[in-house]
Amino acid sequence: MNLLEIKNLKIDFGTEADALRAVDGVSLAIGAGETVCLVGESGCGKTVTALSIARLVPTPPANYVGGEILLNGRDVLKMSNAELRGIRGGVVSYVFQEPGASLNPVFRIGNQIKESLKLHKPEKATNEEVIRLLKLVGIPAPESRIRNYPFEMSGGMQQRVMIAMALASEPKLLVADEPTTALDVTIQAQILELLHDLKQRLGMAILLITHNLGIVGDMADRVAVMYAGQIVELSPAKELLRRPLHPYTKALINSVPKLAGGASRLSAIPGNVPRIGNFPPGCRFAPRCPIAKPECSENIPDLVEVEAGCWVRCPFWKTP
Amino acid sequence: MEQPLSPWQLFWRRLRSRRIAMVGGVILIVLYLMALLAGFIAPYNYDRQDRDRFFHPPTLPRLAGFHLVVPHYEQLPGDFNYRAVPNDTKPIHFLVRGGGYKLFGLIPATVHLFGTGDENYPVDLLGTDQFGRDVFSRLLYGSQISLSIGVVGILLSFAFGMMIGGISGYFSGWTDTVIMRLCELIMSIPALYLIISLRATFPPGMSSAQVYAMIIIILSFIGWASMARVIRGMALSLREQQFILAARALGQSHLKIIVRHILPSTFSYVIVAATLSVPYYILGEVVLSFLGVGIQEPSASWGNMLTAAQNTEYLRNYPWLLAPGAAIFITVLAFNFLGDGLRDAADTKS
Repeated sequence: MNLLEIKNLKIDFGTEADALRAVDGVSLAIGAGETVCLVGESGCGKTVTALSIARLVPTPPANYVGGEILLNGRDVLKMSNAELRGIRGGVVSYVFQEPGASLNPVFRIGNQIKESLKLHKPEKATNEEVIRLLKLVGIPAPESRIRNYPFEMSGGMQQRVMIAMALASEPKLLVADEPTTALDVTIQAQILELLHDLKQRLGMAILLITHNLGIVGDMADRVAVMYAGQIVELSPAKELLRRPLHPYTKALINSVPKLAGGASRLSAIPGNVPRIGNFPPGCRFAPRCPIAKPECSENIPDLVEVEAGCWVRCPFWKTP
Repeated sequence: MEQPLSPWQLFWRRLRSRRIAMVGGVILIVLYLMALLAGFIAPYNYDRQDRDRFFHPPTLPRLAGFHLVVPHYEQLPGDFNYRAVPNDTKPIHFLVRGGGYKLFGLIPATVHLFGTGDENYPVDLLGTDQFGRDVFSRLLYGSQISLSIGVVGILLSFAFGMMIGGISGYFSGWTDTVIMRLCELIMSIPALYLIISLRATFPPGMSSAQVYAMIIIILSFIGWASMARVIRGMALSLREQQFILAARALGQSHLKIIVRHILPSTFSYVIVAATLSVPYYILGEVVLSFLGVGIQEPSASWGNMLTAAQNTEYLRNYPWLLAPGAAIFITVLAFNFLGDGLRDAADTKS
């Protein structure tokens, strides 16, 4: 049994008449100890999908229209509030994009970590445990750091604190929603290194959300590429980077700047991501797709397993 | 390495640099200490009547040699005319025995800070009223009620207002709509009418303690709405903050998120607002007691002491009866000075 199994998840925003579908039939499974990357442009539904795992998308305005989210075999969408509070932080923990905004500015960080311990491991809510966690995430001199306020720390340190908080209850799944976007490049590398290291030591699964393909190769076992609320490709990371199948994935990988090859113009995907609620009929990538055919605009293609472990939502994936 | 300052230390440092605010703060500390020690500082009990000296003018101690002395007054024929008798004085002693009282309302004691120890040589620093009671002593006992009503009332109404406002803003939606319409309903009724009509819902002839509790309840009932509205606005913006999402993602319950994450972020506003609102509660008690529906005689409050000063004839002849008015003036001013300073200190943008 997989740790997490999202089946055909559909999430709308707004009320029935003018509901906008942010997540449209996403299916994704994560096994214990596995790292899965969720890649896509801004606004393609990555964050909403990730938040829905612990039913954190606020309703209203959102609406869980269909599908199931099985966490350890139990459907999160059918849980009571009390059960949900046990899941949140207990089984799934989150690390968000802006570490500075994720910490409450008016409390010392030691107390904030302790609060997370009190919720799920009340017997361990001690200063010693907080110091141990801070050491675990590589914060120097944790004994004095626990009395710091968030604003006294750098962004990288704040993110380490957030990770310590997320790890406090030893979750099975860590959802990291663009954990390095707000940090500079060297700190990014350190934080990713830390996540990778912690995963090895603690054996938890990681769902890493990013729009940076550069970090996928280092971290991920498998990669899911999202476009306009749907998964368009789901493959093992090495396969995907070496031989992308979906035209969108190809275009994404093509637009990563390369150092070799001189100063040519960066290749970008023409056009823009379609606005939510204004999706083209048929394949949603068709208007921007270099290999689009007339029939692409007629039906939404299915996500098909074309090779072992490689799923693609494009019937013309063989076209070079 | 220099220890970085916590937000409170920074706040304190900024506050200390504002002299007027500090003056206001010191005045308030003195006033509250005096209220706390009223029985000890007051030379007489609040209900002690000196039937030989109605409307006695203030007896101002003079320095004679190394002693403070009070003159002896004799009563002239006519309406409460007094004249100091030359060369007939009594020295003021400190820590003299006098009428019994209870320190802090608990410890029985008889020692007073000062006095002459002689009934015929009273120390009426602010004169006496129409029943021959020492105005200064009554002012001190009255401050126990008037000053504490402000603080207790604020605590009650702000705790209530913050909680309701926090709930309203955090949950938003229909909860918010219902609560906010209720607040507007309360705020749309003129406060004075509301106070008086609420007073009418309580039975007459209550004991002083009951009246005291009633005044606090009435004033808090009116006061919480405006607080709730402001806190609701702050909660509405705070709930969108990522640390609230982070707290929810950790499995924190709604109530705890409101209490632990939303309300603490409003404290700097609340402290300022509370300080600036205390005067309204003090004045509220004054209004109720002045209208005769608040603290009842012989208990003293600044409001019911002013009732005696309604009469223009009294005012003309015995202006010392206005002393509670001066006390209210000083207290309200001190609270406003302190509140302004707190606001400036809490405003990190300046």
